[in-house]
Amino acid sequence: MPSEAEIRLRQRLSKLAGMKLLRGTKLSGELERLQDQLEHLQGEPSAEEIWRSVELARHQDRPYTLDYVERILDDFFELHGDRARADDRALVTGIGKLDGRSVVLVGHQKGRDLKERTKRNFGMAYPEGYRKAIRAMALADRHGFPLVTMVDTPGAYPGVAAEQHGQGGAIARSQAAMARLSVPTVACVIGEGGSGGAVAIAVADRVLMQENAIYSVISPEGCAAILWRDAGEAQKAAAAFKPDAPHCLELGVIDAIVPEPEGGAHEDPDSAAHMLEAAIVEALSEIESLDPEERRTERRAKYRRMGVLAFA
Amino acid sequence: MASEQGRVDVSVESKQAPDAVPAKSHPNTCPGCGSHYRDDELERTLRVCPQCGHHFPVGARDRIEQLADPESFVEEDEDLRSADVLGFFDLRPYTERLAEAEIETGLGDAIVAGSASIENEPCRLAVMDFAFMGGSMGSVVGEKFVRACERAAENRVPLVSIAASGGARMQEGILALMQLPKTVCAIEDLHEAKGALFSVLTHPTTGGVLASFASLGDVVLAEPGALMSFAGPRVVAQTTREKLPDDFGLAESNYRFGHIDAIVPRDELRPTLGRLLRLFGAEQ
Repeated sequence: MPSEAEIRLRQRLSKLAGMKLLRGTKLSGELERLQDQLEHLQGEPSAEEIWRSVELARHQDRPYTLDYVERILDDFFELHGDRARADDRALVTGIGKLDGRSVVLVGHQKGRDLKERTKRNFGMAYPEGYRKAIRAMALADRHGFPLVTMVDTPGAYPGVAAEQHGQGGAIARSQAAMARLSVPTVACVIGEGGSGGAVAIAVADRVLMQENAIYSVISPEGCAAILWRDAGEAQKAAAAFKPDAPHCLELGVIDAIVPEPEGGAHEDPDSAAHMLEAAIVEALSEIESLDPEERRTERRAKYRRMGVLAFA
Repeated sequence: MASEQGRVDVSVESKQAPDAVPAKSHPNTCPGCGSHYRDDELERTLRVCPQCGHHFPVGARDRIEQLADPESFVEEDEDLRSADVLGFFDLRPYTERLAEAEIETGLGDAIVAGSASIENEPCRLAVMDFAFMGGSMGSVVGEKFVRACERAAENRVPLVSIAASGGARMQEGILALMQLPKTVCAIEDLHEAKGALFSVLTHPTTGGVLASFASLGDVVLAEPGALMSFAGPRVVAQTTREKLPDDFGLAESNYRFGHIDAIVPRDELRPTLGRLLRLFGAEQ
């Protein structure tokens, strides 16, 4: 049945050809990479390519939020605590200067060594983290600062205390807070965009995704454990639900793909940061001129369109 | 195998074991007290065990029958069906799972929506059905919920949402996740239009549905004993190796921690919603 769904998908696919990807990138040789990416997009990424993205997205040397913050933002001042009970180190918030303007930053933070990983809870935030995020979003709105978020989490923390403190409600309210903002908002998926814990801080006017990042409804292992009854089938699961950037773009879930240095962001964090900064600045420039009311309406309209339907 | 010096942590296994053993009991056998009932007996008690008060699951159509005034419910968007965008194939194709669920439940997807009245108060109803692929939320559930919000705002009536869901539908991949912000945005629009949302959580309401529309009601109610956790008990036990409290994630524990307004036994749900509809209703 060639349904309306299929027609809509084809329309989206055909739009890809004329897509204004990555115009913000100013590095030499980028045009060629652009062309490669377009070709890449027109062909289906293979199961191997998808799994390579999963591995790169989780690479232990991949730059994390604060690695980008120190390269992209000037004079970053970190804001701590949810003003209710704790400071969740798995999610950082703060204010800094991006290309001359003050912005509020919200991002998941992973750790690089064992001690740091434990402190950051492997980038898995508690409800306290999302409440801190909501607080930072409200601050941005109050002072008219654009909001930039960086998404990099395996998921929200699945623990007894996290549930008792209201994990589900906190994630829902963080999305609601982002839907309400009248300031410009840009979300960047820079590593693992794991499920509800990721989308909690990714409801934005422009959603960018790095070339080797992943964004998914569940982790490959979790999906494999449920549907294949074997977490070892993660590779098959990833190939089935397609968490890679080209598929996310094709489905209209993200607005642009940000290129990474050859071999992945960890190979050259400085140029990865440079490309990310250029993409964020460009995205902001597109939305800053809009009327705040219109911007918010368009943001909600974008999410209103998400999904594909068939008819009986 | 336990080695001599290694200690084997069996706390998780032993906790799970008793639940896992009695495989597939009859759906009309009470998991609380073991009593067994005929269908007509359970229907008379709104599918609540007369012995111990256990709340059996209720399908969407039965739920609407229980709540809406007779003949008042008019279904909408019943022609919407899920599309297999990803060509998803695990052990079986998604399309096959969909077809089977439709045959088993007689529903087009895991949610039934429409207009109704409860105790003569007009409202919109969006009722989930756990029997349809675990009440999972994909594009159709999101779309029908959003349309229910829009119509509630248009008609200036409250929306009553009855959730029963294992979370986002994995077979629709990232688009399933996008139904979280989609429903959240719709609720923001509804609230700005001064529309009310009453959210009822039934067993189980977990994952993406709890992390989106189910948690955002102006008033949030739950049925007794309903599991309402973002992560399910097994996931929490396996990933954290924590010992779970006996009431982990249950409505009673969520009430104690301040996440819901009331726990409402099934026979009080209709009058309670009637009361709320009058309280939030147009000026008399």
